[in-house]
Amino acid sequence: MKPRQRQLLWIAAAVIVALIWGFYSADGPQTTAVLAGTVRAATLLALGAMCGMIGERSGIVNIGIEGQFLMSAFFAFTVTSMTGSLFMGTIAGVATGLTMGWLLAAMAVGLKVDQIIAGTVLNIAALGLTSFFYDRSRSLGVTKYTNIDLGPLADIPLVGTVFFSRPPITYLTMALLVVVHIALFRSVWGMRTRAIGEHPGAADTVGIDVLRLRYLNVTLAGGFAGLGGSYLALEAVGTFSRAMSGGRGFLALAVMIFGRRTPFGAYAAALVFGFTTALQNQFQLKNTFDIPPQFVGMLPFVVTIVVVALSGLVGSMRDPAALGQTYEKG
Amino acid sequence: MTELLLAARNVTKRFPGVLANDDVSVELRPGRILALLGENGAGKSTLVNVLFGMYRPDGGEIVIKDEIVDLRGPDDAISRGIGMVHQHFQLVPPMSVVENIVLGAEPTKLGLVDLDEARVRVVELSERYGLEVDPDALVEDLPVGMQQRVEILKALYRNADVLILDEPTGVLTPQEADHLLRVLRGLTESGVGIVFITHKLREVLAIADDIVVLRAGRVVGATTPTQATETGLAEMMVGRSVALRVEKTVAQPGDVVLQVKDLKVDDDRGQLAVDGVNLQVRSGEILGVAGVEGNGQRELVEAITGLRHTSAGEITINGESLANSSTRQVAQTGVGHIPEDREKHGIVAVYSLAENSVLNRYYRQPFSNRGIMRREVIHEHAEAVVDEFDVRTPNVTVSVSSLSGGNKQKLIVGREFSEDIELLVAAQPTRGIDIGAIEFIHRRIVEQRDRGAAVLLVSAELDEILSLADRIAVLYDGKLMGVLKASLANRESVGLLMAGITG
Amino acid sequence: MSRSILRSVAVPLAAVILGLLIGAVLIISQNASPLTAYSSLLQGGLGDGDALLRTLQKATPLIFGGLSVAFAFKAGLFNIGGQGQLLVGAVFAAGVGFGVDGLPMVIHLPAALIAGALAGAIWGGIAGALKATTGAHEVIVTIMLNFVGGNLTDWLSANPWKDNSGSNIVARTPLVEDSATIPTLGSVPVGFLLAVLAAAGCWFILERTTYGFEVRSVGHNRNAAHYAGIKVGWVMASTMAVAGTLAALGGAVESLGVDGRFEAGVNVGLGFEGITIALLARANALGVIPAALLVGLMEAGAARMQFKAGVAPELIDVIQALILFFVAAPIIVRWLLRMRQDDSQQLQLGAGWGRT
Repeated sequence: MKPRQRQLLWIAAAVIVALIWGFYSADGPQTTAVLAGTVRAATLLALGAMCGMIGERSGIVNIGIEGQFLMSAFFAFTVTSMTGSLFMGTIAGVATGLTMGWLLAAMAVGLKVDQIIAGTVLNIAALGLTSFFYDRSRSLGVTKYTNIDLGPLADIPLVGTVFFSRPPITYLTMALLVVVHIALFRSVWGMRTRAIGEHPGAADTVGIDVLRLRYLNVTLAGGFAGLGGSYLALEAVGTFSRAMSGGRGFLALAVMIFGRRTPFGAYAAALVFGFTTALQNQFQLKNTFDIPPQFVGMLPFVVTIVVVALSGLVGSMRDPAALGQTYEKG
Repeated sequence: MTELLLAARNVTKRFPGVLANDDVSVELRPGRILALLGENGAGKSTLVNVLFGMYRPDGGEIVIKDEIVDLRGPDDAISRGIGMVHQHFQLVPPMSVVENIVLGAEPTKLGLVDLDEARVRVVELSERYGLEVDPDALVEDLPVGMQQRVEILKALYRNADVLILDEPTGVLTPQEADHLLRVLRGLTESGVGIVFITHKLREVLAIADDIVVLRAGRVVGATTPTQATETGLAEMMVGRSVALRVEKTVAQPGDVVLQVKDLKVDDDRGQLAVDGVNLQVRSGEILGVAGVEGNGQRELVEAITGLRHTSAGEITINGESLANSSTRQVAQTGVGHIPEDREKHGIVAVYSLAENSVLNRYYRQPFSNRGIMRREVIHEHAEAVVDEFDVRTPNVTVSVSSLSGGNKQKLIVGREFSEDIELLVAAQPTRGIDIGAIEFIHRRIVEQRDRGAAVLLVSAELDEILSLADRIAVLYDGKLMGVLKASLANRESVGLLMAGITG
Repeated sequence: MSRSILRSVAVPLAAVILGLLIGAVLIISQNASPLTAYSSLLQGGLGDGDALLRTLQKATPLIFGGLSVAFAFKAGLFNIGGQGQLLVGAVFAAGVGFGVDGLPMVIHLPAALIAGALAGAIWGGIAGALKATTGAHEVIVTIMLNFVGGNLTDWLSANPWKDNSGSNIVARTPLVEDSATIPTLGSVPVGFLLAVLAAAGCWFILERTTYGFEVRSVGHNRNAAHYAGIKVGWVMASTMAVAGTLAALGGAVESLGVDGRFEAGVNVGLGFEGITIALLARANALGVIPAALLVGLMEAGAARMQFKAGVAPELIDVIQALILFFVAAPIIVRWLLRMRQDDSQQLQLGAGWGRT
């Protein structure tokens, strides 16, 4: 990142901290609620963004994150309901995500189906199958994941409640940010992944199996979306409902782009988007201003459009050069 | 002591519809330089890809260090000591030199890539062989000559005993090419064997120890520089006698048609590619712009033809100021454009020959009338072009992708010449096509000049410029390094300008 | 010539059959009989005049939706915004339909249709314009606009345009006037005829006009189109606007010809089916008609299938997804049919998110 941009980022951070301080002094509980809601919304988006970026860094576009969220949420919910175990449900969700990731890889890499079409197939199939098999009478049966306090850290005013008193998958997500960052930018796997997304031919000629690495990565990335589905059903909401992913799989893509396809960048972007969602919920509860709920509901989507348009103008958010192109050997 | 470093014995390779290599045998011994000569499509690249493990031969065998081998892929070849420097560099642009060199053979520490150790080795190698590079520079910021060094270092890093170079000097100035040949000679002194693919006769005679000529997939001759001549080699390459220079009369230049003043143009990354260029082309003359690619030629041509914005300066064609106009406005003043990249700009691969023949004229009478395309007229026009410009095709309704490169180019030339033009802008007009098509297009360009058109010929092939141009200008680092009369120019003088050396 | 038609029909046809076969397996898993299910499906879609009417009514928005996606495809753009475009088209057509009275049908009906069409043009045009000027990928923008459109039409039908007659509490508009209602000729709704006309119109524009040439050129090779003097940005923006108009007309016809009003929550998912139709038809404007008739048939018969065989109507969605899969991955189908590889048949769009 250029020094100018870095300066701007520090200034923005300082302004945000000042604003939060101001609001907290004015109305502590409401500010805490909104910020906690921000992190809650951001977790799902960050997981989706990590799914997207692992694939895109390898050169594969995944617009099926929405379907992956939905299907994984469905299986996480159903398995927990049948076994009474949140853990088993979480595993089921991740497994579903991995499977759908594998399907996407099989279509896009193996069968050379256009990647956008392949992702759309996943979405339509997920919606149809989950609606078809959804049993309205089924309930979770156990309480969803609850907050775990991280010792004395949780007692810090505001920050403690927001970051250190959260349910498990939220913590896991934050840990994964670090893991993915190191893996992507310092490990052998990460260097080869970035190479195949920029210039698969170059990787091929030094003996890297481009297709196999893409298969692996897209499948692996699906696991993140699967965790997201588990999070949705077992931690955020506590049940399953038809089409519950609600467009957030697509929002995750905007988060990924805005975060420049890096884990920490994506988390920062996810917090911004999560904030608009949390604000919307807060408005609906309190009805502070006289804005119709439908317009508040539009907010995250309008913000997404603006972000995507602006990032095109800013232009420095480069796609991996080989993104979306089918790789043909030699 | 290894007898045979690398050899192909009776290698045959087939692709759908084409026999790329037909019973080909070549041998490379330690410390020798073998040149593979042939025109585009002769099978040189295919053979070398077989030797490198990218393709599996359908027949015959490969020998590496006296052993018959069955290569499973490029990594197999690399592990056996074969290194390849591709014509189109296989480098990852946003990564650094060191990262590119170690990709696929990364040194590790605690499971993570150890770039420090890699850097040390890279610097050591580059100093030993005279291939200086900045290890932390990003490849996308490097000039082409430097990028080639990175490609070579990639092979040397993996302890290559054989270095295969595919058309390496196409992107170098004559001076850089000489330096490269010296580096290669230095490598052979340590026993490394070199296979050098080229279509440039002069280089072959200058550097090779052994020469093998391929034509239509077969070996048609094996010789040495002492026994061969340029003309002799050219005839072997093509199978008939070849005129190496175009016959032309003295130019009779008239009024100025194209005037470029203080032109400044940015490249795709926002950096200055054309830096204050002034030039003029008169009717009835060919101005050749020489220079290694990457010095602003593409941006210059795109600015003149309306494909790119200019940031400063003027472009005047027949008195009309046309900088920052659309391609259509430029074309309508009587400009024909043979684009540098025919697949990218010149044709739509899926369309038929008929549709491509009116690609930039479809909106005009008689090809369309009030928004409706007139297919019979377009069809007839295409047939006329195909006929007059010797485009080999079964008919004009097939997709243009079924044509060979040379025929595609002839179609494009025919399209641009089908109306009377006042200015022809030809960028790399004979790149990647067979000699027959090259001769044809050269003749037609000279014809346009004799008809009274002004011709701006931009080419990285110095021989083409020297053969066709009446005046020669050289573009280096975005600046025009001087304009010479063709009769007074030669390889050395132009080569110096191409390397940025004036005075 | 007929040989190539046969070839291009073979894969979609096989995809349909495969989808139905796997659907049969799913039916069995629900302890029902595939034979009963499929025969009642057919009965419900073709059995009598009413059934036929239902099928054609169902097929109409599918044709418009399929055309919308197919037209955008030709320019290399992926319009996933059919849902939002359909909704705004439906609500604004209904708005003019009920909001104005005293006009003769000859003026009122076209006006209502045009209102819907304009709304769709704007909805699609926004995505196209953003793509042309900022490079923002139309997939994300159109999906976002779907949600915005959904919210907007929800609000309109629950507030300023709400039907406050009688004891109605549902979010919907009042009934449209008779002068804005699309008539039916026997078993054939005039809306269906409009759709067929639109398909023919699209085909003609794409294959025979200079504008169509420009659209196709941009879709195949943007750079060559630029070289040819085509204004690529303008083509992209206008194509998306046209695509939006087509999807919106589908919604308008629903409001004015089928439902008689706009009701929030109805027509959910209708816009997405356009994608399946377009892919089944291999993005061919005329091929959209048989594809839409097939899917329309299945949807018309779904209620009867549920009644007679006890199978949930969502099965139709699953079968559609399966068919889509097989159409998108023709290699599988070809391998099964022992057909030769033909890469020109493959639909390709793939590119990144930003400027190219």
